[in-house]
Amino acid sequence: MILTRRALVGGAAIGAGALLTGCDKVIQHPTARRILFMGEEMNRGLQRALTDRAALAPEFSPAQMSPIFRSNGTRDPGTPGYTAMVANNFADYRLKIGGLVDRPLSLTLPQIRQMPQRAQITRHDCVEGWSAIGKWQGPKLGALLTAAGLRPQARYIVFTCADLYRGTPYYESIDLVDAFHPQTILAWALNDRVLDVAHGAPVRLRVERQLGYKHAKYVMAIDAVASLDGIGKGKGGYWEDNVDYDWYAGI
Amino acid sequence: MTEPVLIKRHAVATRVWHWVTAITMFIMIGSGVGILKAHPRFYWGRYGANFDSAWTTLDQWPNWVVTGLNLITIPASYNLAISRRWHLLFALVLAFALLGFMVVSLINRHFQRDLRVRAAEIAPRELAHDVREHLALRFHDPRKPGAYNILQKLSYVATIFVLIPLMIFTGLAMSPNMDAAWPWLLDLFGGRQSARSIHFIAASGLTLFIVAHLALVILAGVWNEVRSMITGRWAQPEDAA
Repeated sequence: MILTRRALVGGAAIGAGALLTGCDKVIQHPTARRILFMGEEMNRGLQRALTDRAALAPEFSPAQMSPIFRSNGTRDPGTPGYTAMVANNFADYRLKIGGLVDRPLSLTLPQIRQMPQRAQITRHDCVEGWSAIGKWQGPKLGALLTAAGLRPQARYIVFTCADLYRGTPYYESIDLVDAFHPQTILAWALNDRVLDVAHGAPVRLRVERQLGYKHAKYVMAIDAVASLDGIGKGKGGYWEDNVDYDWYAGI
Repeated sequence: MTEPVLIKRHAVATRVWHWVTAITMFIMIGSGVGILKAHPRFYWGRYGANFDSAWTTLDQWPNWVVTGLNLITIPASYNLAISRRWHLLFALVLAFALLGFMVVSLINRHFQRDLRVRAAEIAPRELAHDVREHLALRFHDPRKPGAYNILQKLSYVATIFVLIPLMIFTGLAMSPNMDAAWPWLLDLFGGRQSARSIHFIAASGLTLFIVAHLALVILAGVWNEVRSMITGRWAQPEDAA
């Protein structure tokens, strides 16, 4: 059999093209899609098994902070309710903590600011690839959950936000490993200033060992739940529900 | 004309690893380009976003490169989440296949026997000789036709022991959870954005290796080379027999 170089190079190009379009065809098949999406479970399982669950995210010195901390996603929820809260300087804001807890809480901003605080200079890693380093301050989520009395059935913490993203209510969720991590805080200050609207005023989540999209902005309610079923489309967050993002964003 | 002498050249572990890695590389490069398109700017240091100064951005690249990148993304249309799904699943295949190959190749002595670079081989005179032999399209030493030539050894050693491990560890350095667990990763590469830049540069190096590797397979005789990587059996060139 004689193979010319032209035929070979042409064949290789067609083969590569077929493989490329093949990748798109393959994942339309439910089983293939399930296998592809198993990568998330495998990476999460490996990371949780091989690394210290209490390990702290790196913290930085003030000199290492980004000169500008960019904002993205929703930059202003713009709903009538939220706009009214901004106009009133969040005087009527109440952070509600409920779900599977013994003592539901409803906290004003002054109450949140008077609780024991943690300040940390950490790196925010967007799923897109950029990073920014800033200083965040607020109470630890774990302390709030303890004050509310988490029930034993609780497995996830769900954050309901003030913004609609493309018309859909924005929400996120984390598990208890991250919820009780000492660096997981509800930040109301960025770089020693009260959090602005673009960065998630009045309160946003910082969950430092996960990518940026898990750090819910404009947090209005925190609920402890046993399962993510029945919330949104059941995958644990706006991006997870609508555009196939991984629920585990530690990688 | 005499029948070509077939010699056993590649162990089964080498062949399995080669093809698994070949397919994985293809998926990693395609999905990697898909991820790159979400933020095609590269920085040195610990942070870097739109307002920070980038050492290179997509709009500084030649048109033909950008067009070429658009042709090879997985998936074909921009979808960061699906690119990441491909990339992060096959990253496990790449890493564990390399680990397995390394362990087996130490046990079956493939590394010690075939890839060991001897001091005499990297003398400038020897290297220059091998470059001239390549230019004359003579890839095999007539005295040891089954052995790798020194340029081949160096490129395989660089790929197996430097480039792919570098891809794996710079990749891990971009994981916020791994940065918490293994902070030395950030010290090693000088920050997450430096690791991301090195990841991209090493991927470019691997792409160049693949292009050169395929070109040399074609020049050395495609059927013989591909057969040896499938069945393990390779025909000695006639001048060497």
